[in-house]
Amino acid sequence: MDRKKFFKTVGIAGTSLVAMSSTADARTRIVSPDWMGMLTDLSLCIGCRKCEWACNEANKLPNKPIQSFDDPSVFQEERRTHAEQFTVVNRFEVDDRPEPVFVKKQCMHCAEPACASACLVRAFSKTAEGPVLYNKDVCIGCRYCMIACPFLVPTYEYADAFSPEVKKCTMCFERFTQQGEVPACAGICPREAITFGKRSDLLKLAREKIRSHPDRYVDHIYGEHEVGGTNWLYISPVPFEELGFRTDLGETPYPEMTRPFLSAVPLVLSIWPMLLMGSYMFSKKREGEAPSTDLHERVDS
Amino acid sequence: MTTISSELDGRKSWVREQIFLGMSFRDYMRSLKTPFNFIALVILCVGLPVTVLRFTQGLETVTNLNDNYPWGLWIGFDVLCGVALAAGGYCLASAVHIFGLKQYRPIVRPAVLTGFLGYFFVVVGLLFDLGRPWRLPYPIVLSFGVTSVMFLVGWHVFLYLTVQFLEFCPAIFEWLRLNKFLRWATRITIGATVFGVILSTLHQSALGAMFLLAPSKLHPLWYSSFIPVFFFVSSMAAGLSMVIFESTLSHRIFSRQISHEDHHKFDGLVVGLGKAAAVVLFTYFCLKWIGVAHGNHWDLVGTPYGRLFLLEMLGFVMLPMLIYIWGVRENSARIVRIAAVWSILGIIFNRLNVSIFAFNWQLADRYVPHWMEITVTITIITVGLLTFRWIVNRMPVLYVHPEYPVTE
Ligand code: SF4
Ligand code: SF4
Repeated sequence: MDRKKFFKTVGIAGTSLVAMSSTADARTRIVSPDWMGMLTDLSLCIGCRKCEWACNEANKLPNKPIQSFDDPSVFQEERRTHAEQFTVVNRFEVDDRPEPVFVKKQCMHCAEPACASACLVRAFSKTAEGPVLYNKDVCIGCRYCMIACPFLVPTYEYADAFSPEVKKCTMCFERFTQQGEVPACAGICPREAITFGKRSDLLKLAREKIRSHPDRYVDHIYGEHEVGGTNWLYISPVPFEELGFRTDLGETPYPEMTRPFLSAVPLVLSIWPMLLMGSYMFSKKREGEAPSTDLHERVDS
Repeated sequence: MTTISSELDGRKSWVREQIFLGMSFRDYMRSLKTPFNFIALVILCVGLPVTVLRFTQGLETVTNLNDNYPWGLWIGFDVLCGVALAAGGYCLASAVHIFGLKQYRPIVRPAVLTGFLGYFFVVVGLLFDLGRPWRLPYPIVLSFGVTSVMFLVGWHVFLYLTVQFLEFCPAIFEWLRLNKFLRWATRITIGATVFGVILSTLHQSALGAMFLLAPSKLHPLWYSSFIPVFFFVSSMAAGLSMVIFESTLSHRIFSRQISHEDHHKFDGLVVGLGKAAAVVLFTYFCLKWIGVAHGNHWDLVGTPYGRLFLLEMLGFVMLPMLIYIWGVRENSARIVRIAAVWSILGIIFNRLNVSIFAFNWQLADRYVPHWMEITVTITIITVGLLTFRWIVNRMPVLYVHPEYPVTE
């Protein structure tokens, strides 16, 4: 093919790809003062699991009578979220503490969610109100969001052959935006261990609690900085690493981890073609000077 | 009347020549009774019902995937290994068309075909794995998750598949004797090649970059901010080894298509490829250790996962590299072939380590593939081999088409 055409082909291909990938550079949002959030005070939780029942009700998940949630045998093994269970309470026995500590687990509604940055069809979004929501209408079911979530939260309906969805806590988005009610778990908790409110207010409340009862809490608000901050916050009477929390996640928001790679893409797209074409031209020229004697020369691939 | 019937005859004989390899339908059917075909039939007899089960009963029935292990054998092997091993297409196409190493020209076509089929069956494997496979085109046409590395992978695999098809088109047009198209197809080859190399660079590394989002799940000896580079460099080793392996097999199985002189020359090419593979593996070996040093993970080398890492690094990177070097020094195509097989196993080992063995290393529960997952993988490979054979038996892949000898 002639050289001019060749340049054109590569040029067009290159620029369109650069244009496509440079949009990936746009920074995601920063922590907003208006975000709603939740604060779980682990020193108050008694492991009654009523929040699990209320969550099942609110999300129309298969449920059992509320009395059956008193059964302590479920605590024998540590549980995680499942497609029919958006929140679970686990029990942790801690050295030098007569009482066990109970930990409620659910989506953390990250400020810069890993799940959203992983999704190739933008099925996850961080809402202006704070919760991270999932759109089942675009999801192709690759489950990369589940790989990416550092808190092992999203789950999948593996048993569904025709319309499987990713399932997770929504912080009762519709409940609080439309009905004006607090999220189901916060509403039912008899110990008021779960508080719903503006994230900024919750942080103040948490700091205040820790300051006024230094004997009751460790000085750490889990979720204030972890992976760039989460909208669900925890305070605890014992160090978080003893309660199954990952304390090695760092403070870098997950989207930052792939950003360098994604922003290198336009660079590769602009430099590579030049190098390759240079090399092509060079070898063409060399070939012209010394015609090939290879008998097997042929038009091909 | 006569014209119609002769046209019909013409078509019949074309079908006979090109589809039934010059045999009558009956003879052709009889010629299919071979041990290989028998095994293939058995595999399909198990694989097809499992396929039906997968698409009617859902993932849970046929896989051991769960919420902690959303990716299993199909992503770890079919997709990650599939793409790496299909890298031969871009390696050879760039060597010949861009770097002007014309002596490798005779093996470009099989390499491009392997690459194309490799990618094609990667996508087939992906269709099994996706929860809603019919939505595969969504990231291309409907909703663009531009912050996602996987979005990049999706686009690139889609474009690259197209490019590789274009690269292979000349063979198809020669087979169908479509001269007009042939001229057009040959003309765009170089553009397609350059574009293909760029796309390959990016998505080979992007497959590694997908794991950048799993720093807390992938063991630190495998997790590194360099992982895109690791994937890219090792894909070259995989591609070259696969070209050696695949062309060796083709030369054995389809030996009647190749002239004697070609066989002789071919050994020289194999050694040449081996040399390149040795260099690539050496680079890869060094880079991997730089990765360990960069993360300062020396203390982890002594742990059980460290032993797995050492096994991979010494047994499946250094060893094949040494065998390659030995083969090149002895100028022995045979030794180089052994090294190629060993390297291929090494790359598979690496991809499985990243996606399965060293993934979720802090969790107690492990993922073990369901036998039906393995069945599907084997079935896909079998169908891939059958397709490859079908094409090679008909189109000018391994030999020069007598009517289209040399032009440029
Ligand atoms: S906890 Fe996981 S699922 Fe929830 S927002 Fe964060 S990354 Fe997404
Ligand atoms: S499974 Fe769905 S939501 Fe999750 S990353 Fe894939 S397409 Fe996005």
